[in-house]
Amino acid sequence: MTKTFDWIKAHTLLFVSTLIFIFLIAPNAVMLLFSFNQPANKYNFIWNRFSTNAWKNPCASSDMCSSIKLSVTIAIIAMILSTVLGTMVAFAMMRYRFRGRTFLNVLLFLPMAAPEVTMGITLMTFFFNTTGSNSLGFGTIVIAHVMFSLSYVVVTVKARLAGMDPTLEKAAADLYATPIQTFRRVTLPLVMPGILAAALLSFALSIDDYIITVLTAGNEVTFPMYVYASFQHSVPAQIDVIGSTMLLITLAGITFAQVPQIIKTRKA
Amino acid sequence: MTTLTEAPPKASAVLGEPKKKRNLLPYILLAPGVLWLVIFFLIPIFTAVSASVQTGSLDMGFKVTWNWANYSATFSTYNTEIVHSLIYSVACTVICLVLGYPLAYFIAFRGGKWKNLLMALVIAPAFTSFLIRTIAWETILSDHGTVVRIMTDLRITNLMDHLGLITGNHVLNSPFSVVFGMVYNFLPFTVLPLYTSLEKIDPRLHEAGRDLYCSGYRTWRYVTWPLSLPGVIAGTLLTFIPAVGDYINAYMLGSPNTQVIGQVIENEALRDVFGYPIASAMGVILTFGTLAIVLAYVKKAGSEDLL
Amino acid sequence: MNTLDAVGDLRLTGLTKRFGSFTAVDGLDLSIPQGSFFALLGASGCGKTTTLRMVSGLEDPTAGRIFIGDTEVTTTKPYKRPVNTVFQNYALFPHLNIYDNVAFGLRRRGVKDVKKQVDDILALVELGHLAKRKPTQLSGGQQQRVAVARSLINQPQVLLLDEPLGALDLKLRRQMQIELKRIQTEVGLTFVHVTHDQEEAMTMADTIAVMNAGAIEQLGSPEELYENPATTFVANFLGQSNLVAGTVTGKEDGVVTVEAHGHRVALPAERSRVETGAVIIGVRPEKVQLAASDEEVPAGRNVLTGGVVSDASFIGVSTQYLVKMPWGQELAVFEQNTGKEIFRPGTEVALHWDASQTFGLDGSQDIEAGAEIDDEAAK
Repeated sequence: MTKTFDWIKAHTLLFVSTLIFIFLIAPNAVMLLFSFNQPANKYNFIWNRFSTNAWKNPCASSDMCSSIKLSVTIAIIAMILSTVLGTMVAFAMMRYRFRGRTFLNVLLFLPMAAPEVTMGITLMTFFFNTTGSNSLGFGTIVIAHVMFSLSYVVVTVKARLAGMDPTLEKAAADLYATPIQTFRRVTLPLVMPGILAAALLSFALSIDDYIITVLTAGNEVTFPMYVYASFQHSVPAQIDVIGSTMLLITLAGITFAQVPQIIKTRKA
Repeated sequence: MTTLTEAPPKASAVLGEPKKKRNLLPYILLAPGVLWLVIFFLIPIFTAVSASVQTGSLDMGFKVTWNWANYSATFSTYNTEIVHSLIYSVACTVICLVLGYPLAYFIAFRGGKWKNLLMALVIAPAFTSFLIRTIAWETILSDHGTVVRIMTDLRITNLMDHLGLITGNHVLNSPFSVVFGMVYNFLPFTVLPLYTSLEKIDPRLHEAGRDLYCSGYRTWRYVTWPLSLPGVIAGTLLTFIPAVGDYINAYMLGSPNTQVIGQVIENEALRDVFGYPIASAMGVILTFGTLAIVLAYVKKAGSEDLL
Repeated sequence: MNTLDAVGDLRLTGLTKRFGSFTAVDGLDLSIPQGSFFALLGASGCGKTTTLRMVSGLEDPTAGRIFIGDTEVTTTKPYKRPVNTVFQNYALFPHLNIYDNVAFGLRRRGVKDVKKQVDDILALVELGHLAKRKPTQLSGGQQQRVAVARSLINQPQVLLLDEPLGALDLKLRRQMQIELKRIQTEVGLTFVHVTHDQEEAMTMADTIAVMNAGAIEQLGSPEELYENPATTFVANFLGQSNLVAGTVTGKEDGVVTVEAHGHRVALPAERSRVETGAVIIGVRPEKVQLAASDEEVPAGRNVLTGGVVSDASFIGVSTQYLVKMPWGQELAVFEQNTGKEIFRPGTEVALHWDASQTFGLDGSQDIEAGAEIDDEAAK
């Protein structure tokens, strides 16, 4: 009797999980599909007929493409800044003793837990009161993006550091490596995957952000802002093209990350 | 074996760990990141408080007039939106937990060598523009689409109409579709902390449970569930709080009847010439609500598990 | 003077380490001659690993000094000491292959051309064919040899081994013990081996120091420690001992006589740590033989009568007996299986042994010290 129950239970889990996976993936599939649609009206919601038009003319709306350029630029700068700052914090937390750990933990947790709209509006008031209401723009967007992605970088790098054998650095010192040499030759190579993952994460968070960005953007228009604003009057297939491109790049990235692992396991 | 009785070398400290002298290095490493957060996260909370009691307009500038009326105005004028935000967030959090726990459990205990890949697949959709993905639901749930047609045929839409979740056979632009979209967007935020905490559980504890007379369900109830509780709480915090302020789903998948507080804040801040102070007031309320919840958690469970 | 060039014996004077109120190492005085194979033996928590870490520089002493030859290295950083460690978990760099792991120390010291030295040392440990592999692709025993090679190649004045064979299975461990001894004899470096396995220590070391609660109980060659232990701790920790409480009744012609539970026992005076008062008589189980109650016991031997066999375990090489004595104590006897008939439990027997194999310890010591592994620190 229990055997049958176990079978059902084991497979219910599989069944439910598969359903949830489909739920998560469906919109991506739809987006991919509809990038090949020629919408009958201004909204790309209903299938009309197959066409590669959108892929051939991705920048039919020049506003959209300039917003993409802006988003990518901001994302790159924010990625570099938050990765550097966040990695430094992660190292300090994992390798040293210092006072104020609780304060630091809470300070890092809050931006992940807080509603984006509160971070956006409070930043807006900060800039209004310090640099004036005309100061909103590229710089303020970058500042905001670094602010909210910092915590995610710290968490990611911290996790990687935690998985590192602490005796390795001692072994290096035992083998005549000065602290700088130990860092360069042992610590850094082993943490690098975590740092890269954190960089990618902060890039993704930045390029996709709407709420905080719109409140600190002033007159600039990023890609998410473009999509949101134009949603009221049109949703062209080009938007699905951009979304699909982002998806494919992400999937390619994940695949390439797995390849060295697969090769390693095959060889051994 | 000679015993030399010279004075001890001066580097020896009196007790404990002499190597860890007052080291400045950690503080130097922490400074830039911490300063960034203090200046651009903490201090703005204070400027927002100050802004919330200002009056004026975008053209003429704002001045502090101690206009506390903004706070009472928030609750009186916008109480529908506040209620919407709370109800949708609670519904979203609960549903995310119900759906996310089995998924996290499955990946953690049945995933085997595919664990990392499966988790990557759960997170990956989140890496493509969530605005566009939310828009995709417009297609999937559109009245002309297969999904809704099936639901109408099966009378599911009828039932949902009776429950007040939707109007007529129209699934979109309803409270249902808003919460649906929220669940979709926030599910990874629930699953990730749940998975992290479930993954740490030694599977041999399950065996110990079975050995000590627990059935499958009871093993979960008395062994797995308590051990996964930190992950559950973290997942709940990381879902509920951001959900309260979220309005993308309400905007794209909702209707004028499903307005939430986030939309109000954006409108007042960006589109109302006089609205900046009241938007700040609402932001302050949300911020302190968040702080209260997080600090209550830290008091109970300490801060080490947070990150 | 450049500490990396220090040469000579390893000397520890008054070496102490305290962690808050807990003293891990208590005023250790030790001199280890250059080129010897030295073992620090003790149960977990006795301070041996802490001592090792202080010698390597990975731990700072609370008090005391460390010298290599005439050069003091007490506060020198680990990367400036001519000391290398073979870690318990090997600590091989996972991102480097075997060749680069082994070459690591040489390169950090600025040696440009490492090929010959690396090839030679890999040949010494018989791993030349695996030079391009990564540590995770090697077995436990192979990783262990890489760890040894990585340290040896630097020709340190002192090579520290922190329970390096703990993770290996029995047969492999035996093999590695012989290997390490052979390597040490070949290269002539000072090896300091930390272990809790007394068989290992006795197999490999020229000199053993038994440590207990941060201090040395006895220092000497394996034979000295085994055949003539100085304290009950050493007697119980190293192998097994039969310890019987008694009182000295006299000393004459280099022979000490003792009265124990109504029996008369004699031992050479140089093997007794006390000459009056309370004494603990000791004899190793393999030195003792059993005689049936009707058998004749040869003259000149110490005899204890009235025992009853309570357990007889056939081990293959020997039979291990437990004999219950009239005063309640159970004594152990290991008899080689030379074909003699085995005494069944319940048989009345007498124990006898060559008096010159007896040792005498201070009667005020704890007769159980070192016998059981305690969770708390011994003493």
